[in-house]
Amino acid sequence: MTYFKSESSSVSKLSSSQKKIKTDNPFYDPSLQKRHAQARRFKFLTVASIIFAISFLVFFLGDMIVKGLPAFQQSYMLIDVTYNEKTVDSTRKAIDKKYRRIVSRSWLRDIPAMVEQDPSLMNTTQATWVLVNHQVDQYMKGHYYKIKNKYLNIVKEKQAVGELELRFNTIFFTHGDSKIPENSGIKSAIIGSILTLIVTMIIAFPLGVMTAVYLEEFAHDSYWTQLIEININNLAAIPSILFGLLGLAVFINLFGMPRSSPLVGGLTLALMTLPIIIVSARAALRSVPDSIRQAGYGLGLTKIQVVQDHVMPLAFPGIMTGSIIGLSQAMGETAPLIIIGMIAFIPDSPSSIFQAATVMPAQIFTWAGMPERAYIERTAAGIMVLLSILISLNALAIYLRKKFEVNW
Amino acid sequence: MMLQKSALSLIATTAIMASTINMVQARDQIRIVGSSTVYPFSSSVAEEFGATTKHSTPVVESTGSGGGMKLFCKGNGMDTPDITNASRRMKTKEFKLCEKNGVTDITESVIGFDGIAIAQNKQNKALALTKMHLLLAVAEEVPSKDGKSLVKNSYKRWNEIDASLPDREITIYGPPTSSGTRDAFEDMIMKGQTKKMDVYTSLYKKDKVKNKGYKKYHKVRQDGVYIPSGENDNLIVQKLSKNPAAIGIFGYSFLIENDDKISAATVNGFKPTPETISSGKYPISRSLFFYTKNSHRKEVPAMDKYVALFMKEDMIGPDGILSEIGLIALPDERRSAIRASVEKHTKLTLDDLSKK
Repeated sequence: MTYFKSESSSVSKLSSSQKKIKTDNPFYDPSLQKRHAQARRFKFLTVASIIFAISFLVFFLGDMIVKGLPAFQQSYMLIDVTYNEKTVDSTRKAIDKKYRRIVSRSWLRDIPAMVEQDPSLMNTTQATWVLVNHQVDQYMKGHYYKIKNKYLNIVKEKQAVGELELRFNTIFFTHGDSKIPENSGIKSAIIGSILTLIVTMIIAFPLGVMTAVYLEEFAHDSYWTQLIEININNLAAIPSILFGLLGLAVFINLFGMPRSSPLVGGLTLALMTLPIIIVSARAALRSVPDSIRQAGYGLGLTKIQVVQDHVMPLAFPGIMTGSIIGLSQAMGETAPLIIIGMIAFIPDSPSSIFQAATVMPAQIFTWAGMPERAYIERTAAGIMVLLSILISLNALAIYLRKKFEVNW
Repeated sequence: MMLQKSALSLIATTAIMASTINMVQARDQIRIVGSSTVYPFSSSVAEEFGATTKHSTPVVESTGSGGGMKLFCKGNGMDTPDITNASRRMKTKEFKLCEKNGVTDITESVIGFDGIAIAQNKQNKALALTKMHLLLAVAEEVPSKDGKSLVKNSYKRWNEIDASLPDREITIYGPPTSSGTRDAFEDMIMKGQTKKMDVYTSLYKKDKVKNKGYKKYHKVRQDGVYIPSGENDNLIVQKLSKNPAAIGIFGYSFLIENDDKISAATVNGFKPTPETISSGKYPISRSLFFYTKNSHRKEVPAMDKYVALFMKEDMIGPDGILSEIGLIALPDERRSAIRASVEKHTKLTLDDLSKK
C-alpha cells in the first residue's frame, strides 16, 4: 500500500520538472525513479536480514559469555584441616563441624587420596584452601543461593577477612562430569570428543577421498555412477538420528562393538561425514583444470601418476577444507550418539577407543537438564569451549585454503 | 600415497581389534540404564562409588524406564546392562520378556519416592487445588454441568471449574507423552479418578471394544491449554517465571532448586514436602526402583558393592546425600525391609508384580 502512495505523491510533486526534463533529455526514462526505489528497497531488505542474523548471533554469544564466564572461577576457603587416621576414615571429621555445610563434599572425599600422595600430611593440622560447595560459590558470584543464616554468617565473616576468595577454576579442565556441581568439568568429554573424531577421520577421510577420486578421475559417466552420485547427495541430507539407528543395528548389534565407546561413535559419525567429504573432494578435484591432466598424459604418465602426483596435490587444499568442515559438523553432533549410548553419566576419561566415553555436546546437553543452578554457568562455559574449538577448526580450514590455494 | 597406505592399515587393525573385544568376559565397569528420573540419583551413587573405591565409575545411561527394560531384558550376555532404573514398577509384560530371554534372576529395589509438583510463579497468591480440579483442567472430555454426559472440555479459566479458584486463564506447562512424569501424572490424576466415575465408565460398559479408552480415561486436551514442554524440566521453570498466569507440572527436585522463582500449589490440602510425600498425604508421588541382573554378579564383581552403597542410610536415608537432590526417603520400616530383601538378592517373581 505505502508503495503505491509514495509513488503517486512523488509523481505529482515532480510532474512540472519532469515535463521539462522530458523535453530536454532524449534519454529520459519515466520508470527510472521507480526502478531506483526498487533497488534501494531490495538493498535495504538484504542489509536488514544480515543485521537480523548478526543480532541473533550477538545476542546468543553475549548471553553465553555473560552466563558462562563465572564458571571459570571457583570459590575456595582457608580453614584448618586435620589429617589423621580417624579423619581419613571418616573425612567429615577432618574439618570443624561448623564448616561441614560449607565445604564441598567432593573435596572431603579426596582427603584419603591426598594423604596417600603426601604421607607427611598425616597427623598434622594445616590451614588449607579448600573447595566450598556450590551454594557458597553461587553466593560469591552474586547469584541466587540457599544457605542457612547460621552458615551464611560464617561465610560472610570469612569473606570479610579475605579467607574466602574466587580463583581460576582448574577443576573445570581437569575433571570429568560430576553430580556435585563444583566438582564437575569437561575434561573427559574433551578427550571423548578427540578419540571419537580420530576414529571418524581415520575412516571417513581415506574412504571419502578415494571415492571422490574414483568418481571424478576413473569412472565413466554411466547409469551406475549417476545412481551412486544421487545416493551420495541424498545421504548428505539424511537426518543424523538415522545414522545413530544404523550404528546401533550394525556396529553394536551385528559386530558386537562396545556400547557408548568412541569406536562406535566415531564409526557412526564417519558414515555421517562421508558424503560431505566426498562432495567437497569431488568439487576440489573438478576445479583442477584439465590441461594439467592432459599435459601429464602427453608426457606419457599413467593415470595413477597423473592423479597422485599432479591432480591430488593441487586439489588438496579444497579437500582439506571440506574435511575440516565435515569434522566440525561431526563434533557438534548429538542426535546419533543418543542412540548408541554416548549420552550418559561417564565421569572417567576414556583411555582407549573401547571404553565408555561421552562427547562435548552431549556433556552440554546433560548439564542443561540438571536442576542445580550452578550447572547453568557450566552449560554456558561448555558451549564457549565447544564454540572456540569449532571456530579454531574453521579458521584452520580457511588458513589452509588461503595458504595452498592456486588461482587459475 | 603414504597417507592412504597408513590409513588402510589403521582401518584393518581397528577391525581386528573390534572383533577381539567381544571375547572379553569379566567386566570391571558396571553398566546401568533406565529412567531419566532415577538417573540423577543413580549417577550420584555411581560417582561416589567411583571416587571411594578402586573400581571404575559405573556408566549410567538415561534411556527412559521402558527403554531401559528393553535393553535389560535382552539377555544375559555381558553386553547387556547389569542394572536398570525405573520410575515405575516393572510391568508383567516386561517380566515375561525378560523370562523369555533367560533373564530370570532379578532383584527389585525401591529407593524412595519422587513427588510431582504442581507449581506457579511466586508472585501469585497461594493456589489450593484438588485432584478433581486438575482432572477437569487437563482432560479432553469432561462431565457436563448436570454430570450425566461427557462434553468437550471448554474450561478456559480456573474459576469456571470451581468458584473458589482465582479468575485466571488456565495454561498448563507439562511433560510430553514420552516422559515418565507424564505417565505418573496421567495414572494418578486422570486414570485414578476416571475409573471410578460412572460418567466415563458407563460408556465403556456400553461398548467394551469401541469405547475401550473410557475404562480408565486419560486423554489430555489438545486445544493449547495443556502445553507439552519437552523432557527438560528447567524449560518449564523458565516459562513459569515469564508467565505468571501459567502453572507447571514437573519433578520435585526442580521445585526445591528454584524456590526463588516458583512456589508449589497445594493438592488436596497438602504442599509437596519430604514429610507429606513420604507419608502419602501429598497425592501425586511415585516410587522409584532399580532392578539388578543377578546372573551378572560373578562377572561384574563391583555390582554387589554398588548396590550395597546405594541402599546405605547415607544415600537413601532421610538425611542422605540423595535427599539433597530431591529424593524422598521411604518410611523407616519399609526402608529396612527393602534393604534386607536386597541383601538376600531376593528373586523377583511374577506374583510380586501382579499383586498390588
